Amino acid sequence: MAMLEVKDLNVYYGLIHALKDVSFEVNEGEIIALIGANGAGKTTILHTITGLLQAKSGSIIFEGKDITKMPGYKIVSLGMAHVPEGRRVFAELTVYENLMMGAYTRKDKVEIANSLAGIYEHFPRLEERKNQLAGTLSGGEQQMLAMGRALMSKPRIILMDEPSMGLSPIYVNEIFHIIKEVSDGGTTVLLVEQNAKKAFSISDRCYVLETGKIIMGNDELSDESIKKAYLGE
Amino acid sequence: MNVLNSIIEQLINGLRTGSIYALIALGYTMVYGIAKMINFAHGDIIMVGAYILYVFVSLLHIPAIPAVLLTTMACAVLGVVIEKVAYKPLRKAQPLAVLITAIGVSFFLQNIIQLIFGATPIPFGSIIKIPAITLGSITISGITLVTLIVTTICMVSLTLFINKTKAGRAMRAVSEDKGAAELMGINVNGTISLTFFIGSALAAIAGILFICQYEALKPTLGALPGIKAFVAAVLGGIGSIPGAMLGGILLGVIESLSKAYISTQLSDAIVFGVLVLVLLVKPTGLLGKQRKEKV
Repeated sequence: MAMLEVKDLNVYYGLIHALKDVSFEVNEGEIIALIGANGAGKTTILHTITGLLQAKSGSIIFEGKDITKMPGYKIVSLGMAHVPEGRRVFAELTVYENLMMGAYTRKDKVEIANSLAGIYEHFPRLEERKNQLAGTLSGGEQQMLAMGRALMSKPRIILMDEPSMGLSPIYVNEIFHIIKEVSDGGTTVLLVEQNAKKAFSISDRCYVLETGKIIMGNDELSDESIKKAYLGE
Repeated sequence: MNVLNSIIEQLINGLRTGSIYALIALGYTMVYGIAKMINFAHGDIIMVGAYILYVFVSLLHIPAIPAVLLTTMACAVLGVVIEKVAYKPLRKAQPLAVLITAIGVSFFLQNIIQLIFGATPIPFGSIIKIPAITLGSITISGITLVTLIVTTICMVSLTLFINKTKAGRAMRAVSEDKGAAELMGINVNGTISLTFFIGSALAAIAGILFICQYEALKPTLGALPGIKAFVAAVLGGIGSIPGAMLGGILLGVIESLSKAYISTQLSDAIVFGVLVLVLLVKPTGLLGKQRKEKV
């Protein structure tokens, strides 16, 4: 059975039919990429999975549990973390406080301290800046903080929305390197990217999204179809 | 020497009034920070608090300290209920609708109280019965002393709560980005309720201190301190907690000094004049931050 199973999802923004019968699945340990042009519905999918948006119909099953109607704040404690588009770190909280917000639903202080040490080891830059306000970090550092914050919840699956957006090529490579590491560490990854080439290179499988519909699964994918999705033709 | 003494006494008076404004301003600023709305019914919580205290003390003969605690609790719960009933359904409505609703709630509270207790002012003696103390040649009344101590305790505890506790951190996170806070597992509605709870509890305490000074109850007694405290919150920078404290205290001191040395009639004009000046120079208020709009 798939770890995350999205079935016939329909989501509306007012009258706009944003997702049309979207179905896909993520197996444990995989890196799955959702690729597609701007406005294809990638972010909408992630928001619906983690409860920031409600689906009109369809179902989302996570580890056998129906989470379709679950309020967003209850989902993280099930083991699902979401790194939102545009990072959305808490600019007026320190780096340390941001990371601790990631562990908001966890109770065990010793375990939390261990996770924090792990994050600092992974991202030494964050430790150097732990008392700095998150708003003063560079874009790449904020992306690392957003990832570190999500990892602080000790997720079994992590949803990442455009982690490379707006970053310099050096940071882009570093971010993808980190995604690979997170995956090697045993966390399943659902990745939304516009950088289709990069996403393709690290993912196990891809789904291509066009105007709210999944038009292609892995088997049918070729460079040509990526190009098409990318350009939205 | 006499001039100096009189200035010091006026400063202390100003601190007393100002710290009451500050307590009320904290409610405005916290609610604004979290719910992005001006809760115009906030001043009326002060009034309801004063009446509830009157019921407990004068009608039910409950001793002062438990009566104060019960009053604070009752107002805190009232604040939460108001949010749930009147504001929560409008969470996604346009700001003007929420503003009008808040004014409606304000009228509602005033009229309910008037219906129950009538419009005639009810005399209500202070529950603070501590003798004045004299330091050198300066006399500080018992009420002033209690007001300064209680407001200081409230402000210090609130600051510690906001900055050092997990719930306080969650509150700051929600005020910055509700969606991201929800992804962290924070119950946003619960946090908004907590904000109204704390803000209204502070308003109740302010109401109790206020009524001990003025000793008469009327349904509109919350209006003036409410609007002054709102000015204080804007002066300090709405959304900023230290700003509300600073704004409240400054306002009280300016008011007291202008009453004593310039003109009693003009004191309100001077207070609002200062507000206009500050906002001309610094539109975000003294400690307010320019929030960058995200694209």
